[in-house]
Amino acid sequence: MFLITCPYCGEREQSEFKAGGEAHIERPKQPTELSDSEWAEYLFMRKNIKGIQLERWNHTHGCRKWFNAVRDTGNDEIKAIYKMGEKPPII
Amino acid sequence: MLKNLRVKTSKFIDETINVSFKFNGKTYYGFKGDTLASALLSNDIHLVGRSFKYHRPRGIMTAGSEEPNAIVQTNKNTAFTEPNVRATEIEIYEGLEASSQNCWPSVSFDIGGINNFLSPLLPAGFYYKTFMWPASFWEKYEYVIRHSAGLGKSPTEPDPDIYDHRYIHCDVLVIGAGITGIMAAKTAAKNNLKTLLLDEKTELGGSTIFQDSDHVKINDQSSSTWLENEITELEKLDNLEIKTRTSVAAYHGYNYLLARENLTDHLPKSEKQNKIRQRLLKIRAKKVIVATGSLERPLVFNNNDRPGIMLSSAIKRYADYYGVATGQKNIFFTNNDTAYENVIALNKKGINVEAIVDIRENSNSEFTKTVESLGIKIYKNHTVVDTHGYKKLNKISIMELSKDGQSFASLNKITLDCDCLGMAGGWTPAVHLFTQSGGKLKFRDKDQVFIPNNYPSEQISIGSCNGDFELDEIINNTSKSLKEFLSVNKTDYDNLDIKCPKDKAIRNIWLLPSDKVLGKTKPFVDYQNDATANDIKLALREGFRSIEHVKRYTTTGMGTDQGKLGNMHALGIIADTAGVKVGELGTTTFRPPYTPLTFGTMVGRNVGEYFDAFRRTPMNDWHNENKAEFENVGQWKRAWYYPKNKETMHEAVQRESKAARDSAGILDASTLGKIDIQGTDASEFLNRVYTNAWSKLAIGKCRYGLMLNEDGMVYDDGVTTRLDENHYIMTTTTGGAANVLGKLEDYLQTEWSELDVYLSSVTDHYATASVCGPNSKKILNKIIPDLDLSDENFPHMSFKNAKIGNIKCRVMRISFTGEHSYEINVQANFGKTLWEKCMEAGQEFKITPYGTETMHLLRAEKGFIIVGQDTDGTMTPIDLQMDWIVSKKKYDFIGKRSLYRSDTMKEDRKQLVGLVTDNPSEVLEEGAQIVANTSTTPVEMLGHVTSSYYSPNLNKSIALAVVRGGKNMMGQKLFIPMENKNINVTIVDPVFFDKENVRLNA
Repeated sequence: MFLITCPYCGEREQSEFKAGGEAHIERPKQPTELSDSEWAEYLFMRKNIKGIQLERWNHTHGCRKWFNAVRDTGNDEIKAIYKMGEKPPII
Repeated sequence: MLKNLRVKTSKFIDETINVSFKFNGKTYYGFKGDTLASALLSNDIHLVGRSFKYHRPRGIMTAGSEEPNAIVQTNKNTAFTEPNVRATEIEIYEGLEASSQNCWPSVSFDIGGINNFLSPLLPAGFYYKTFMWPASFWEKYEYVIRHSAGLGKSPTEPDPDIYDHRYIHCDVLVIGAGITGIMAAKTAAKNNLKTLLLDEKTELGGSTIFQDSDHVKINDQSSSTWLENEITELEKLDNLEIKTRTSVAAYHGYNYLLARENLTDHLPKSEKQNKIRQRLLKIRAKKVIVATGSLERPLVFNNNDRPGIMLSSAIKRYADYYGVATGQKNIFFTNNDTAYENVIALNKKGINVEAIVDIRENSNSEFTKTVESLGIKIYKNHTVVDTHGYKKLNKISIMELSKDGQSFASLNKITLDCDCLGMAGGWTPAVHLFTQSGGKLKFRDKDQVFIPNNYPSEQISIGSCNGDFELDEIINNTSKSLKEFLSVNKTDYDNLDIKCPKDKAIRNIWLLPSDKVLGKTKPFVDYQNDATANDIKLALREGFRSIEHVKRYTTTGMGTDQGKLGNMHALGIIADTAGVKVGELGTTTFRPPYTPLTFGTMVGRNVGEYFDAFRRTPMNDWHNENKAEFENVGQWKRAWYYPKNKETMHEAVQRESKAARDSAGILDASTLGKIDIQGTDASEFLNRVYTNAWSKLAIGKCRYGLMLNEDGMVYDDGVTTRLDENHYIMTTTTGGAANVLGKLEDYLQTEWSELDVYLSSVTDHYATASVCGPNSKKILNKIIPDLDLSDENFPHMSFKNAKIGNIKCRVMRISFTGEHSYEINVQANFGKTLWEKCMEAGQEFKITPYGTETMHLLRAEKGFIIVGQDTDGTMTPIDLQMDWIVSKKKYDFIGKRSLYRSDTMKEDRKQLVGLVTDNPSEVLEEGAQIVANTSTTPVEMLGHVTSSYYSPNLNKSIALAVVRGGKNMMGQKLFIPMENKNINVTIVDPVFFDKENVRLNA
């Protein structure tokens, strides 16, 4: 089980959090103007890489805040945490 | 009369305390401190079990948790029984009963032993190859196979023991209290680090604690004396917790470890009661020091599994620690110096050793010379080619090896009498926990071991689990590693005078040759699963290459011991056969637990009513007093139905459903999710999350809303009420409440952070009673006389603040039953009062409390969906025939774009329809498949029944179903194939009752 440092509450057990998938996938502002395949790109396509991945986490059993994490999916090391709306740190 | 094989007093065994126990029904005696294995051996019992596949007699091989053979069932036919326990780990106690497994009728006469003679017919993959055809016969084969193979018997009664969990946070966790573990724990604790030291054995000190060799000295003391002093010093330290009888089961990422602490297993039966048996330790350590030592390797040769054949280190432990001679005519069979060291130790105890068979051509270490000087015969460059004796070893045959070790120098065969053979095949570092943590191994060619290569977390491995085998390198490397890892300047071990003989000569032959052809031999690699070197070679001939595939095909390493002894040999044999290097093959994956865990330990206190948290509504006591049956909805306990006078569920539901439509019914709706929504952008927010329009909803009005996922599929539904300009209260399904809130927060925080909206869950803050039926208005009028209930003032889908006496309440005129009805919400602590007031006021109208089942029936009569029952994450609102709720005007809402994807617009998607049966009294089964014809195979499944009831208000069976293209199939006849018959049904409109909604305003 990971230890995750919530940017609002501090270090907590993974069981307090919920993973929210890949980060920085912005919901299109005008979905109706997208083609089926463009919309499918937003809806279904995720990178699922082995290595450094930017992902969303929610402190569901804490402050309920969403934030982003930089995680190496190869060894599960969380390299950085940053708030929603912030740019990912360069790792 | 059985022989007593005690040799000499051991300080670890209390010979003043006799302990009686039963093994296979017979009473034996041992001493306090004995394991079941040592006590049996002292009674000259080697034969303890039968092997898994061939039912060969098997004896005790080891003295630790790596034991593959001596696994027994304890306390058979009681609730306390436990299968597959290693006799080498059970400490005997007064009242212990143990019995052999996998044998019938008894361990010494086992019918299954015939498999041994049939073994040429039972190669690797035998079951896969033989019982494939005809497929329909598998169930019959399986019955027989399951009964002839297998380990112990699972208990059939609930476990009466108490188990517990504990969280531990520490600076340094040290796993293993052998010499390096003691050094590590002492260094850490002395440097003000909060330290936890764990060991699976009873005593601290590992194998050094009974080491009494003249050849091995630390500061001129024997290594055991030196270590005893260290332990005494260690135990004085403050910030240290020591736990023995504690086995680390799992090493996860982020230094999170699970360990099982055994608290009462060694106590006499009378002292076990009302005590915690085992405790699961959940450990978070800043740093972990792995000092798990190493496991001795057996040697792989023909018939290397007879009772009496043991690991050489086990023979030494039984002699030195337990004071038990495992044999009278001991022979050691070795490829390195370990056997010599052990022979010297046995000699010191006065135990007879007949000879050493050494596959090496030469060895000139101090140990060898000492053994030679004792006059013990050494057969150099010889190998054991066969062993004899069915239930107990009595002879071995040896031959001289050729130069390359693959055949023989001559055909001379020597037969030696022998009742105990000690195998010394070198050492395998116990890297199991290290690899569990994600660590990768590297192969060291010179002594053919896998050792840690990199550390995936704050951890180190020290001692022999890190590949250090000689005492001086163990101590010096450990001291050096500790300084670096714990950032300390010095340890107590920097300037020790260490004396130990040096000779690492080892001649490694993974599979020793036999004078018989390969097919006629039984060189076991995995004892527990009866996998031989021949099986591995067969797997390679049949084309398996990957170690993971060979493992599964031959079952090598798949027993409860996870192949602690034989895995290296399996790798070696594969490498030799395939002509590759062992290091290139890699290893199979070791998975938790290191040794088996009981379910009790894993579950701890979370049994029975503590298994999961549950939620009760404020009216719960009333439901209980009125004999409600309850149903679990998520964590909620909801009243299901209220049986009267021994009614069946069906009878109760029919009565409740009729009463609700005929006069009045009342439902506890407190469990519905409630989210309080405030903020200047609340209306805009609802516009974006629901499919319909919200901007124009007047204050005081309610509206039903459907929420989709971005993929267009229905996610949740419920009624939302506008309480004020910028204030709404949303209701969600009972089960979906938490997820809906999470989803809404997600959009607010990440996509629409510009919106001024605040969400708060108020599910638990309100209690809700829903009063419905033609008389509901009269009842409400009695409770709240000053509220104008006229349709003009308080129409359907509107809301009023009101007061019942002094209790403030929110009343919504909304309906899930199709009847005129009111939902009354009060502060939760007034919930029961509200309910009782409704009951009292409704008495003259025979108000009938109804549960969730009746609610489901009533709404099905109206064709109202239940998200999660009639939908399953693949239904769009269009599929549900709810086009009316999808706004065409709104530019966007969650999931809108997906409703125009080519796939979601297909005509032949499964669509919600109503079904009626030709026979009106026949009720369909929910989940039943729907077909149009069975003349072509495979039969095309058109859909399935999602809700089905007998409607007392319509006097017929009704059902909702999803059917492919159902929307355009009105009136069409289909049927539902059941086990014994086909049921004819007709597709109808899903609204069965009061299509014109007359009753809402009645």
